[in-house]
Order: sequence, then structure tokens, then C-alpha cells
Amino acid sequence: MATDQFEPRIMGFLCRWCSYTGADLAGTSRIQYPPNMTPIRVMCSGRVDPTFVVQAFAEGADGVMIAGCHPGDCHYDVGNYRAMRRVPMLKNLLEQFGISPERLMLTWVSASEGTKFAADVVTFTETLRCLGPLNFAKATKATDELNLKETAPAV
Amino acid sequence: MAKPKVAFYWCASCGGCEEAVVDLAEDILKVVEAVDIVLWPVALDFKLKDVEAMADGEIAVSFINGAVRLSEQEEWVKLLRRKSGLVVAFGSCSHLGGIPGLANLTTIEEIMANKYDRAPTIDNPDGTRPLPRPVVDGYELELPVAWNTVKRLDEVIDVDYYLPGCAPPPESIMTAVQAILAGELPPKGAVLSPEKTLCESCPLNESKPDELVITEFKRVATSQPKPDECYLAQGFICLGPATRSGCGERCIHGNMPCRGCFGPPPGARDQGTKLLSAIASAGAAENKDEADLFAKGFVDPAGTLYRFSVPSSILKRTLKGK
Repeated sequence: MATDQFEPRIMGFLCRWCSYTGADLAGTSRIQYPPNMTPIRVMCSGRVDPTFVVQAFAEGADGVMIAGCHPGDCHYDVGNYRAMRRVPMLKNLLEQFGISPERLMLTWVSASEGTKFAADVVTFTETLRCLGPLNFAKATKATDELNLKETAPAV
Repeated sequence: MAKPKVAFYWCASCGGCEEAVVDLAEDILKVVEAVDIVLWPVALDFKLKDVEAMADGEIAVSFINGAVRLSEQEEWVKLLRRKSGLVVAFGSCSHLGGIPGLANLTTIEEIMANKYDRAPTIDNPDGTRPLPRPVVDGYELELPVAWNTVKRLDEVIDVDYYLPGCAPPPESIMTAVQAILAGELPPKGAVLSPEKTLCESCPLNESKPDELVITEFKRVATSQPKPDECYLAQGFICLGPATRSGCGERCIHGNMPCRGCFGPPPGARDQGTKLLSAIASAGAAENKDEADLFAKGFVDPAGTLYRFSVPSSILKRTLKGK
């Protein structure tokens, strides 16, 4: 196995009712998937404030995954619909900040879908490997004091 | 007893904050009576050397408006910080980054290229650009350098208080000046404005439905909002839910949805994502395709949701042009 391949850091927000249980099932079923995702259990995908997502990117995440119950299955009735409406808008916002929309993934994983959960983590990890590291804070900070002198063409 | 010394200074701003001081009208006489204005570039002729000649802390309070984007502004505000007892970030640009802060959604190179090469009204065959040390007629001049990133005042110097607004309303300027003169100061770092959101003080609040549903977005550029119904309920993006109150609802009275100049209320770290959350959740989309279409109808989310606050957002600037 190559040791120098890029290992993306993924922040995963998993809904407590379906997706976290689905992730648990993937574990108890001993399904192999990449260890790149750090899961955070939230009460609902609708609880994932877009602020959490930008904070994750600002603090070094290469990708953010939000996983919730399938539409119609939300424990709180409509929480996952809220997540579904926010994500495309948030992707557009992220793109304006130079963050590829592909770095944010919204998926539905039920408590019985351990296999789907593992497959989603595999796909997302691969996508992020192709995109490469983000390093948002470091990369933007490095451009802060670029000035005219450096960017102006030589006279 | 000598009158306390007060300075006004401007950085990257439009001059509207200076206008706001002038808008104090007769009240400005009370201010002038109570204080000695030792620096006010828009109205009085004082130079850098005059400020340099003062003792450290000699100025009681400096009101600084504008974001910081030039090396010259950085030099000035650092000097004023040293010479002042208190520094008040005056207006949206110094508080949050303001309109100049929108430049953080692009790069200085893009801005220069548009300004000096691409604009249809530009004829610049030699590709002349401003340089920090140009030589003109044998003399070397020193010009300020523009940074790639626009900063809030408190990213450059320590700030004691924030007076929000684009521009701050005369009443809140007067209240702040009086509080400072009377020594009745809130804790350091306070934003001198109520802690409620604009929605709570909005005259249209009663027409806001209990459950807001937005089916499609409308824009003030292409349609006229009804003046007597909550703008969000009509589909116009209004930043009231995540903006601090205290402005006197000036935009609302002018039939214009809130643009967010007072910044986020306490507890909201990032104005744009909080608004995105509120606005997107009110959507009526029932599946992914509808949600994509709904999002597409929101033109320029970053520029709208962070109209005054890109430099105070969590992300602060775009990664583009790396």
C-alpha cells in the first residue's frame, strides 16, 4: 500500500436516529471503509447549522459529510428537508469562497444501511483524494499580504 | 480643565460615516463645545506629523471608520491606537469589513486588471499600473500598497467599542459620544447597539407568518416589494433575522429589505451562514431537484448574505486566485 497518498480529513455530521446507527451497523458488521471521517453525532441533519460546515473548512477539514434519515423518515418530521434545502445554497456560497461544492456531501443513510454508509465514505474519500488538500486557512492567509508590487507586471 | 481630545479618521470607506457626523446637525455644536477635535481629515487640516507630535494616550477617543486595505491605513491606525485612550470602530466597514470587504470575494489582481485593463472605458496600451515607488520626473514617490485582503479594524489594532451601521445613525453617535464623555462605559469590546434582531423591532414584524414559506426569490432590482408585508414572506431576501437592531429601521421605512449593515446579533458568530440557514429552511422544496432550483434562484449568496461582513465571516476571504 502506498504510504504517500493524500489522506483527506472528513468531518461527518451524522443524525442520531438513522445515520449514526447506520454507521454503527457498518462497524458491527465489520464492513471495511477508510478511516478518514471523524463522526460527530447530532440530533438531526436539520441541526447542522451551515456555520458548523464553514467552521470545519476553516479549521482544516478537506470535506464535510452530512448524513440524515431518508426524506419522510425524519424523527422530527422535517429536519432532513431543511438540510436538503440548505445544502445546495451552501454549496453555491462555498464556491464563491473558492471551496469546491464537491467537498460538501449530503447523503441519506437509514439505520439498516451499514453498507450504504460505508460505500458513501469510500466514494467521498476518493472524491476528496482527487480534489487534493484544501488547507483553507493556511492557503488564504498566505495571500493576505500579497500586494501590488508583487502582482503588478514589471514596467 | 482642558477639553478631552477627539480624533476622527477614515480608512477604506465611502465618506458616508463623515456625513453621519455632519448629520448630527445642531448637536455637533454640543460635541464641539465638549471636546477638542484634533484630527478630522474630511473637515480640518491636520497632518500625520501633528498626530505624531502628541504624547501617547493624549487623544481621549479616536473614531475610526473604514476597513483597512492599504499600508498607509495600517500605519495611521497603529499610530492612532498608540495616541488614544479609546478607539471606537465607527461604522460597518471598520466593525465588519463593510462594502470594501466584498473585495475579499476576489483578488487584488482581478480588481486591478478590471480597473486598469478590462473596463470598456479604459485606454491603457502600456498597461500602466500604480506602483509603490514610481519615478516621476526623476523623483521617486512613495505610494501606499493595497493588500490582497481587506481587514476589519480589530484585525489590525485593539478596538474598545464598535458603533455599527452604514452609516451609524446620528442618534446612536450622540448616545455613544455622551456615554464616553460621561464616563458611563459598557464593558470593553461592546457593540453600542441593542442586542435584539432587526425582525424584533421591524414595523412589518406583525405581518410575518408564524411559519415562513418562500416559494421563489424576488429581487428589488426587478420587482417592487409591497410596503406593508414582511419582505421575506413576499420572497425578497431580507437580512433582518440575523442582523442587530438599532438602526431605526431606516431601510424598512424606505421600502427596502434589510441589508445587514449592523452585523450579527450577539451569539451569532457568522452572519451569512445564520441567514442562509434561516432563508433556505423557509424554502418549499420537497426534493433534491427542487432544492437545487430554489438555490439557483438566489443570485450571489455570498455577496448578499455577507454584504457588509465578508472580513468578519469565518472564512474571511476567497481561496480563488491562489
